[in-house]
Formats: sequence, structure tokens, C-alpha cells
Amino acid sequence: MSDQWIYTIVFLCWLAAAAAFVLGLHLMNSPATARRGNQLSAAGMTLAVVVTFLWLLTPGNFVRPGGMGVTAIAIILIGFVLGGGFGLYLARSVAMTAMPQLVSLFNAVGGGAAALVAIDDYVRIVGTPDLSPSTAIFVVLGAVIGSVTFSGSLIAGGKLQGIVPGKPITFPGSRLVTALTAIIAVAGLIVLVLAAAGTIALSTEIQLAILGLVVLSGLVFGITLVLPIGGADMPVVISLLNSFTGTAAAMAGFVINNPVLIISGALVGASGAILTKLMADAMNRSIVNIMVGGFGTGDAAAGAGAGGVEGGSIREVSLDDAAIQLAYAQKVIIVPGYGLAVAQAQHACRELADLLEQRGVEVSYAIHPVAGRMPGHMNVLLAEANVPYPQLKEMDEINPEFERADVALVVGANDVTNPAARSNPSSPIYGMPILDVDHSRSIIVMKRSMRPGYAGIDNELYTNPKTGMLFADAKDGLTQLVAAVKQL
Amino acid sequence: MSTELLNALAIFLLAILVGFEVISKVPATLHTPLMSGANSIHGIVMVGAMLIAAAADNWFSYLLAFIAMFFGAANVVGGYVVTDRMLQMFRRREPAKAPAETASAAAGAGASGAGEGK
Repeated sequence: MSDQWIYTIVFLCWLAAAAAFVLGLHLMNSPATARRGNQLSAAGMTLAVVVTFLWLLTPGNFVRPGGMGVTAIAIILIGFVLGGGFGLYLARSVAMTAMPQLVSLFNAVGGGAAALVAIDDYVRIVGTPDLSPSTAIFVVLGAVIGSVTFSGSLIAGGKLQGIVPGKPITFPGSRLVTALTAIIAVAGLIVLVLAAAGTIALSTEIQLAILGLVVLSGLVFGITLVLPIGGADMPVVISLLNSFTGTAAAMAGFVINNPVLIISGALVGASGAILTKLMADAMNRSIVNIMVGGFGTGDAAAGAGAGGVEGGSIREVSLDDAAIQLAYAQKVIIVPGYGLAVAQAQHACRELADLLEQRGVEVSYAIHPVAGRMPGHMNVLLAEANVPYPQLKEMDEINPEFERADVALVVGANDVTNPAARSNPSSPIYGMPILDVDHSRSIIVMKRSMRPGYAGIDNELYTNPKTGMLFADAKDGLTQLVAAVKQL
Repeated sequence: MSTELLNALAIFLLAILVGFEVISKVPATLHTPLMSGANSIHGIVMVGAMLIAAAADNWFSYLLAFIAMFFGAANVVGGYVVTDRMLQMFRRREPAKAPAETASAAAGAGASGAGEGK
């Protein structure tokens, strides 16, 4: 077979992989086919990786004529085993509640890899005729976007994990630093393109130093971009950074002129953008608003929200009363929130639901789009507890049903049930779509304390005369409820 | 700009449009697995890491290629495994206890997926 033939086959395999990615994402439309979709996507990835490796071994490949050397083979194999093992270990061992941080970590290393590919290719071709101005543009874009997602995703994941404080962090002049790093990146782009075009004469070392400076400013930009954003907005940030990583991968694809990187990167860039918008919409916030910071910062906004609630009194409900209300209801809607997830109470929750169903109670779950820490996160957590997904109702579907519900049981959810979002224009969450929990005949709120939710504002649902507060940890509370219902 | 680059730009644009179209149809239920799945796809940058490793000719390039390879592999392997772990939990009714029902449950799931708006 001639070299050209071999390359044609390799190229077609890359295209097949890209098609597998598109079809795989398409199959993720439905829970019934989603797993197959992911497996198809993984098969495409395996094909692309294996075929590329074999091609690089052939003497006729044009990346390294004569076939790649032993060092390259060792680097690829050792890097794969160590990196793959690291990823495999984390993926196997992570608790489902820590999923968002893990996605953020994988996103960080993906962005880092994209930046490194762009940088490494630049190191090789700088000072040679291979470096065209257009290549320089893609190198700088790939390196900058990749480093922003690397440091930004690490900070975002750190905030969710609690390594970095979740509250917004600002320091004097932080905006200035952000602006300065952006200016350095743009100036670096212009200088390197002009150097590549031969308009200005710069030595190889200086061009490399400028690229290093640009990468450094990208890393700092990523940090100062994410630090001032509150933990509540982190899912949107991670989703946005996911989109950035896709774009960085596509830029790296332009640098090394590889179609499968360009297609897959663009695919992820677009998907991440759509997902980010969906998440921001669900929280009634614009992406710009979130990135500039504000809501998560609490202070002024929280004060305005708190003013409306003070003065109202809350009513506590005993465990046995709550059990009786639930057991003799006809229709119960469970509203799970992140509090349920951190307490690992999803199994106890399902147990209670099963028990109620055995008694003939109609049970469904009201899932707010941003319940948990990412859109759909709550669905995953409940699926883990073997809750059948037809019982999980999305907001638009369940909201009209609250009027017919005898009891709404709110477990560890807060901001997504706050009626202020409908009624109080001065509330920072005004206009956010919420679950109409207050429309049901009675409400039981299981909560550890009166501490406000992630958005840092008080919830007037708790002072509603129909509401009974059951102060308990989600897991203990639900387990005790199960025991109490069993005794009835 | 070279014809090659212009072609690449055309591919880039079309892939973006495909991405918008494919994603906008996914229900919120699957957004977390979707984000994780899309996250593993950008691990394709590992192919790029292999290409630069092959082209490298000095220790600095090799070092960068190695780190890129490590990062890319972690992204790919971890991403797909964790997405699969999430998705295998989307079941209709405890199939572990009733394996015989799994096939019919899967078929039923397809049907209910179509009529989700009920």
C-alpha cells in the first residue's frame, strides 16, 4: 500500500470517529439510548487513538517520516497508562455528589492538553518557514483559551470541593489584573502574528518568551475570572469552561491541521455553549451577568431579600405528625435539593417513597432544572438510588400538579422553592422559574437549620402558615420518617 | 490563506452548527451526563498529543508532549468511564432484582421517552 493510501484510510477513520461523536451525542437525547450513545462515542475515540498510533509507527507517515522513534513511543504509552489510570481511578471512586468537581477536573486537564499541543507545535516550527501568520493566530488562541480553562476549571472545581472558599473572592485591583491579562494576551497575539508574517523581526527566543507571557496571562485570567464568582453559579461556569476547552481543542486542531480535532472541538464548543445558556436560563440569569459576578456576592442583594421575611414566624412539625400527614395523603410530591445529596439521603428518600406507594399514595418527584449542583444532577443522584425515572417530573410538568398535592415534602431544597422569585421584584432571584411548592395543601420542609440557601437569601416559604418545618439532617430525618410511617 | 485552511474553517463552521442542533434536543434530565460526555469528547486532543510526540525532536518538546498525553488520557478514560457510570443508573425499575425484565424495560423506556410530555 502506498503512503497516500494509508493516510486516506487513517483520515477516513478520523471521520468515522467524528461521526461517532455526533451520533453518540444524538443518542444521549433519551435515557433509554443514552448509555449506548456514550459507548458509541467511546468506540469512536478508541478507533481514532489506535489508528493514529499505528499510523505514526508506519515509515510513510508525514508527521515523522521513517516512523516515530522509541522515545515518542515510550512517551505516548507511558503517558497514556499513567494518565488513563489516574482518570480511571478517579472516575471509579468518586461519589456521585462530587460529580461536578470531577467533570471540572477532567475539563481542566483537557484544556491543559489543548494548550500544550498548540505550544509544543509552536516551539517546533517557530523560526522556520512552516510558521505562517494564520498558524500563529491559532497557536495563541489555543494556548490562551486552553490555559484559561485549565486554571479556571481548577478553581471552579476547588470551590465545589471546598478547597477554595465558595464565597466570591475579590481583592483590591482584581478587575485591573483581569483587564491587564486580557490586554497582554491580545497584544501578544498581534506581536506574534506580525513576527510570523515577517513584518517585525524578532528572534526565536523572544517569540517563545512572548508566548510564555501570553500563557501566563491566560492562567492568571482564568483564576481572576472564576474567583469573584459565587459557588452557586459554579455549574454555569464549568459548563462555559467546558465549551472553551472544546474551542481550544479545535484551535489546536487548526495548528496541527487535524480534522478530527477541529470537528470534535467545534462540536463540544457548540454543545457547551448551548448547555451553558440552558443553565443560565433556568436560573434566570444572563451568562454575562454571572461572569461579571454579583448575585453570588450576596451582600446588598441578600439584605434586600431578608427584609421581606423578618417578622414572620415559623411553625415546627414533629416527626410523627409529618409521618401521619404523608401516610394518609393521596398525593405527595417530593422536592429534593442539594441538601439531600450531600447527606447521601437519596436511598432513604426512595425507601420512604416506596413505602408510601405501598400504602396507595401517589408519589412523584419535582426536579428543578438546577437542583443539585448541575442541571440534571439530581436526576443522576436519584437514578443512583434506583428511582424509576418516569417518577421524576420536570418543573413545567409538575408545577400545575402542586395544587392537587396534599403534601409537598421539601428535602434540602431552598432557593428553587422561594416564592419571592414570583412575587418580590426586589429579590435578587426575582423572575427565576421556581417550583410552586406553596400551591400545595400543606408543606413539610426538612432542613437542618434556618440557614439561608446557596444564594444567601431568606425563603418566605418557611413562614407560610401551611408550612411545617422539620429540623433534621436529610438522611436521619428521612430514615426516622420511614420508621414512623412503618409503625402507623 | 491556503485552500487547506479555508477548507478547515468550513469544516469548523459546519461542526459548530451540528453541535447546536444535536445538543438543543437533549432533555434536562440528561444534562449532567451530557456535559460529562461532551467533556470526554474534547479528550480527542490526545490524538494531537500523539502527533506532537511523534514530531518532537528535543527534550522540551518531549516533556510538553508527555504532559499533554497524560492530561489527554485522563480526560478521555476518566470522562467516558464516569459518564457510563452515571448512565447505567438510569433504569426504569431495579433490573438487578429482576434481570428478565431488563429487556422489556428498555423497550418500554423507548416508548415512554417518546411520550414524555404527558
